This record gives sequence, C-alpha cells and structure tokens, in this order.
Amino acid sequence: MARRPEGPPPPPVVQRVRLRFAKRGRLRFLSHRDVARTFERGLRRAAVPMAYSAGFSPHPRISWVGAAPTGAASEAEYVELALAVEMEPAQLQADLDAALPPGLDVVGAVVAEGTGLAERIDASRWVVRLPGVAEPELRGAVTELLRQEVVQVERATKDGRRRFDVRAAIVLAVCRAGNDTCAILELVVRHTTPAVRPDDVLTALGVVAGLRPSVPPEPTRLEQGRLRDDGTLADPLAPDRNDAGRLAGRSSA
Amino acid sequence: MSGQSLFARLEPLLPRVRRPVQYVGGEGNSIVKPWDTAAVRWALMYPDAYEVGLPNQGLQILYEILNEQPDVLAERTYSVWPDLEALLREHGLPQFTVDGHRSVRDFDVLGVSFSTELGYTNLLTALDLAGIPLQAERRGEADPLVVAGGHAAFNPEPIAGFVDAVVLGDGEQAVLGITDVIRGWKAAGAPGGRTELLARLAHRRLVYVPAFYDVTYRSDGRIQAVTVNRDDVPLRPSKHTLSDLDAWPYPKAPLVPLAETVHERLSVEIFRGCTRGCRFCQAGMITRPVRERNISTVGAMVDAGLRATGFNEVGLLSLSSADHTEIGEIATGLADRYENEKISLSLPSTRVDAFNVTLANEFSRNGRRSGLTFAPEGGSERLRKVINKMVGAEDLVRTVSTAYAHGWRQVKLYFMCGLPTETDQDVLEIADLAREVIRAGRRASGHRDIRCTVSIGGFVPKPHTPFQWVGQASHEVTDARLKLLRDTVRADKEIARAVGFRYHDGRPGIIEGLLARGDRRVGAVIERVWREGGRFDGWSEHFSFERWESACAAELEPLGISLDWFTTRERDEREVLAWDHLDAGLDRDWLWADWQEALRGTELDDCRWTPCYDCGVCPTMGTDTQIGPTGRSLLPVVSVSAGSPVVTAASVSVDGVDGIDAEAVPGGVEDGPAAGSRLRPAAVSNGTPA
Repeated sequence: MARRPEGPPPPPVVQRVRLRFAKRGRLRFLSHRDVARTFERGLRRAAVPMAYSAGFSPHPRISWVGAAPTGAASEAEYVELALAVEMEPAQLQADLDAALPPGLDVVGAVVAEGTGLAERIDASRWVVRLPGVAEPELRGAVTELLRQEVVQVERATKDGRRRFDVRAAIVLAVCRAGNDTCAILELVVRHTTPAVRPDDVLTALGVVAGLRPSVPPEPTRLEQGRLRDDGTLADPLAPDRNDAGRLAGRSSA
Repeated sequence: MSGQSLFARLEPLLPRVRRPVQYVGGEGNSIVKPWDTAAVRWALMYPDAYEVGLPNQGLQILYEILNEQPDVLAERTYSVWPDLEALLREHGLPQFTVDGHRSVRDFDVLGVSFSTELGYTNLLTALDLAGIPLQAERRGEADPLVVAGGHAAFNPEPIAGFVDAVVLGDGEQAVLGITDVIRGWKAAGAPGGRTELLARLAHRRLVYVPAFYDVTYRSDGRIQAVTVNRDDVPLRPSKHTLSDLDAWPYPKAPLVPLAETVHERLSVEIFRGCTRGCRFCQAGMITRPVRERNISTVGAMVDAGLRATGFNEVGLLSLSSADHTEIGEIATGLADRYENEKISLSLPSTRVDAFNVTLANEFSRNGRRSGLTFAPEGGSERLRKVINKMVGAEDLVRTVSTAYAHGWRQVKLYFMCGLPTETDQDVLEIADLAREVIRAGRRASGHRDIRCTVSIGGFVPKPHTPFQWVGQASHEVTDARLKLLRDTVRADKEIARAVGFRYHDGRPGIIEGLLARGDRRVGAVIERVWREGGRFDGWSEHFSFERWESACAAELEPLGISLDWFTTRERDEREVLAWDHLDAGLDRDWLWADWQEALRGTELDDCRWTPCYDCGVCPTMGTDTQIGPTGRSLLPVVSVSAGSPVVTAASVSVDGVDGIDAEAVPGGVEDGPAAGSRLRPAAVSNGTPA
C-alpha cells in the first residue's frame, strides 16, 4: 500500500525559455553541480514560475546543455527552463540575474521555438590564457600538434580513466598575440564523446611538444553553436529570436 | 599592507586542488566590508573542512551579529585540506579568510568555534599557516587574540597553551562585549599590551584566560589545585546565557554556499537548552535552561530565511525539537503555509514518542516518507535507567508501529555502546529490540519488506555531566561488544536481512575521550601529533590512532600518566577535575548525586514539567526556563526585527547541526560530498548522529 502524492498533477508547461549565461571570475571554480544548485536557489529567490516534475520530490524542470568544466570560465553557457506561467524573457533575465551571485550572469533570454537547443550546438570556441608561457613556445607546440593526425591523451572521466584522441576534434588552434609572459591560445573544438576540453588540448601539447605550463592555464569559453563551414559558430539562440519576433511579435534579449 | 586581498596569489593554486570552489567565498549573504574603516576586526574560524563548517549555525550567527556593527568587520576562515596546505606553504601564503581573502594574522581576533575536540590539530595548522606562534605566551602585539568557543571549549584545558582566551556558553552577547573592550583598548593606544587587554576581558567576566590560572599536580599525577594568579579576575569564570531568543533572531540572512556542503537547508533554531536530563549528554547539561523562541518568531524566521536564501528545505533545530511547547501548531502552520511551494520541512525526530510520528507526518504531507530516526540510546531497560533515557520497549514498538502504518518505510535506531555499567547482555538486547521493531513493522504494514537500521556510536564521557567521573570503556571492549551484537543479528534468520548495522571502531572515541577530559598536560600530545602530521582527526582517512598513542607514550608517560589514565580510569568524588574551575552553572554536588542515582538506576524527570531538581543552573546564572505556550500564532508573517539588539555584553555556539537527522527529512537526501568518509558524529560524539 504505497503512498502516492495527493492532489492534482503539477500544472503543465506553458512556455520554455532559453538562457545564455556567463560563468566569470572566481565563479569559474564552480562545478556543473554547483552551478545547477545555485541556479535552482536563484530561481526560487527570483520567484520564477517554474514548472515542476510530478512525484514525491518535485524538481524544477531545467534542461542543461554541455557545461563548462570546473575551473573554466565561460561567456556562453546555455540552459532551458520550463515555466508554468508565461513570463517576458527580458523580465526573467533581469529578475534571475539579480538573484544570482555576481559572476553567474544571465546575458540573454529567448522564448524557445523550433528545434531543440542541443541540436544547435556541436562545437565551442575557447580562449586559453597561458601565464608563464612565452608566445613562440606556444606557437611551436601548436604547429607540432596540428601536424599530427592522432594525439592520444588520458584523463579520468566518470567512467574511469579513458584514453582518447584529441586531434580529430580540433577545428582550429591558433596562437593569438600574447607576450613573453603570457601566451594566448584560441581553439575551436568539436563536441565529441568524451568531450575534448581545453586541458586535454594542453595535455596534447605536452605530449607532442613538451609544453608544460608552470602556472595553471585559464580557459574561457567564448561561444558555443553549430559549426559553419568557414569555422565560425552559429548563435544557437538566433532561430528563437527570429521566430519569436516574427510569430509573436515579442521583444526579447 | 595590512588587510589586503591575497586572492590574486591564491587563484593560480586553486586549479591544482580538490574542489577549489570551497576557497573562493562569494556565498549568498556573505559580507566583505572595507578594512580601513573597521575599528575591530574578527576572523571567525570553524576548524574543519568548509563543507562541514559553512552550515555551522554558531559561526553564522556571530558573523552576522558582528557585521551588523558599523565599525566591526568579521570574515570567515575554515581548515584547508592538506593539498592546499602544502601549496600555501610552498608559495608562502598564509591562512586566509574566504570573504576578503585576507591574512588571518591581520585581524584583531581569531575566534575559533569547537563543536568537537577532534578539531584541535586543525587549530594548530591554522595558527601555523597564519604565522601566529602556537604558544599563546610567545605571541606579540602584532598577533591576533586567539579566542576559543563552542561546546568543546567547556574544557579548554588541553588547548589552554594555544589560546589566549575562552568564551563559555552563548556567544551572541559575548562577542559584542569583547568587541567593546578591544575597541576601547585600541582607542586608548593599546595600554599594557596583550596582558592588559586579556585582564580587561577577564575582569568583565567575558572570557576565561588560561594564563591567569596556575595548575599544580600531585605526585600521583592528579591535579593538586587550580589557582588564580591575579586578583582582578574571577575565581571561577562562568558561562554566558542568552535570555530572550526572540530578541536575537539570528541568522537573519543565512549563508548560501556555492559549494556543496553537508547540510543544504535553512536551519532555524527553535529553542536552546534541554532539561531531559540524559546523563551522557554534555549539550543538554551545559546549555541549560530551556529557552524557546515563540511560534511567531519561528514563523517569521522561516519566512525571511527562505526569501533570503532560496533554500527548499527547512530544518527546525534544537536538542529535542518535539519538546517545543508550540511544536504542534508550528508543524501544522508551516505545513499549511508551504504546502504548495515545494518546500520540505524536517524535524530532528529522536524521541521515541508517537507524537513525533504525527509531527513527521505533518511535515511530509506530500513528501516521501523515507526514514524516521529514534534514539533509545541504551539496549536494555536497565541501561536506559542508568542514562536517564526514559523509554520502554513497548513505547518503542508502539511508536514504530505507528510510523510503519503511516507509510514510513524505514526506521533508524540509534544506540551507544560503552555506557557506564554496561555488560555484553545490555548490548545484545539491542538485537532483541531490533527484532521487536521488525515484527511490529511487518504487522503494521502487512508486508515483510521492512527495514530497520541500527546505528551505534561509542560513548565518550564528557565534562560537566554526571558521567564526568566514569572510566571510559576501552576500545577493545567496545569493539568486542559490537562484534558480538553483529554476529548475533547476522545469525538470526528472522531479522538478519532486515536489519542494517552501522558502527565504527572504538579507537577515535578514545582519543576524543582524552581530549574531552584532558588537562593542560595533553597540550603537548596535541602538538606532537600535529607536528607528526595529524590533521582532520574527525575524518577516518586522516585519523591515526597509532600517532596519538605514540604521542601519548612520549609526552605523558614520563609524567607518570597515560592515555588510559585520562580515559579508562574512573575518578573519585574528591579528585580535582581539570574543568572544575569553570562554571557551567551545574552544582558539582548535584552532578555527583546524579551519578550515584545513575548507578542505582534511578530516573529523573524533566524540570520543565516537574519540580526543580536543583541542578544549580538557574540560581547560579540568574536565568529561568523560558517556555510557552505563548498563545501567539504562526501567521500572519511578520518581519524579523531589523538592526542589532541594544544589549551588548555573553558565547556560544549554537552547534546547530548536531542532533539533527538527515534521514528523518521527508524526501530528504542524506549527506553531502565526502560525508561518507568523515567519521560520523555517531562514532565520536554522544548523541544522535547528524
């Protein structure tokens, strides 16, 4: 005679809102779980009318898309919220941003339309600061890396230690103008499984060219989106902005 | 430059340590005030990992009260794990605060809250990293005052050499009083240096200053006398007691961590103190009398706290929450208020009482009924009389039947092993109780799939309790009894698969016992253990019994005393105990009489509902039991008073989280990260596991 939750089922989802947010400064040390918990509390503080799952432990319906790793900053993280009451995206963005700690900043909000968010993202653009590494050293290592067809690295994943190829996922790797004390690496990386992260690329640079920064590198994700032929990324929220503008005449971020 | 942020130098180290987020600060409702305009600056430390320390209510209360003062700045610091400790040393960085990332040595005061004695080695790590001399007598004008507080500080003698001062009891008023004295002394140009400052604090009865008291020993190793060496300080420093908790509704804006911590919820303390009179319970003895917050304040604190934090779970804290005179109304009122808001409510349900099940039902109207915890503490009726835990086997069966009948799927029973006068038979009766519980559950629920977890902690005798004189059971005895019990349960086909058995080995409890009832000579043991690498003694992966054992041999045996001498040796009535000169309000003769009553198996009723039994606290401390019912209501929501109280002048630490059981939380999730590897308080503290 198992108990069942009493009362009516939870209200249906009436609107989905997609957010772009940034993870900045010291908050780059948040793990994905930390971000998720902080978001849920922020949503409650901001009184966002979330839709909830059914059952004894109802959870707000939040869909995350590929989180930046712990220690990496990001200007382009995405999440989709399911709401039980319609809300103006700009208002939601303002309310939630005010309720989140500085460093977790909501930078865009649109009403979801059309295809799924995950289908619109298959690559990331990163910039990695390398304090303590001189520009020529990085330039040489990158050239060496790009010359290879396969570069295996090893990393502990949730499925244990895995060995995987880094090279195939790299669409672009360039040494941007740095200086003698801090080189800057720009990367465009395809999303693969397991995900090739900036630290994997750095491991690969160590493997092929012996590059071993004495100070931990500082990666920042600048963009996520679908990779175009020319190596640029398409803004994953652009279709929603266009559809929302055309179909509903809504203004949005 | 004093007070500058070290974050830029710390940041490059963080990617190299486990869970760096614990060191970055930036929690919701945390405060960073300007350094230069503060007249008095406090660094508040919880000497354990961030994930354990952050939720501590005592520290949060003091942090908020101090920061409300316009010219006072308070920041927090926690123990750094060995990985970061090594990097800090390598890069010449000090112990830092997580708020402003400032060096702890730059502050006027380092206040350290000890919930457990196993944090003592972590104190030494922090002092050493901060660049503060370990020995108080070697500190100079540039060093902060090191002030200890919290429950363990009721016998601070083992750390007497490492601290400058100790606050006994509730901390709210004490920290403000200490601040006043420091402010005045600094404004006057710091006349007389540290000694004068400490004398002023002691003279105003704000703190106990160990250096002002000399201890002499007899040839047999026992204490001869503790004598005061100044005429302007109290003969017996006494504890602070906060009256009128409704006037002090802290924390008003609890911290919301970014990192995962062991308690992810809004904690609201509904009363302080307990007079149930369980003889093993130090918390119940040293926090007397009972002082309730009324239903309206509780309602307002829950409302304001939820708004300020965004937590979705509320825990009503106290030493025995179902004893609040308005608990029924509070439970119903909160359940009504939050019924549709996805907020879950929890209550430490440790009393064996059907009413407790009713409350738990109310709190889980639409939630999952996973587990309820009850704490009979002793396996046999005889033993429960010895410890004054008035619970009969039939009460337990009735209570758990009610729980299972209402859909609760699991019952957890908490016991202690190694209690005074205990025999193998007493412990084996735990198996009999478990069998009764399983049978009752099967009857009440109508099916066989019933679970009962038996969780057992080792008993550690504590100062200021009727058991302060007893010989602690050796770890060999404790371990043998637990093995006997486990084998007995496993051999019983009827219940073997239905009973989960959780316990820890008895050795950490012996070290806790050493530190709890030690005297100043134990300080050398702590320092040696620390020098040999002792860190995080509350964590099984860091604790080393052998290290403590060999340090005891090296430091104590030349003095004719030993680890056993401090732990398994029974004291007689006349022996001077290391903490006798510290006044917790309890009449020593009453404690001794109660110990003798325990040996006779005589029970004692709670003084809230029966005549006073003269424990001594109220007349000595000028306090009274403050309980309702007040006739007030939970609704409407009223705002918690803003601003700070007018009163300034008394410590403590609401060690809020102990005694609460995460599994009693409807739909609750137990434990945070790594909590599994931490020696659960069950193993090392008397009382119900957190």
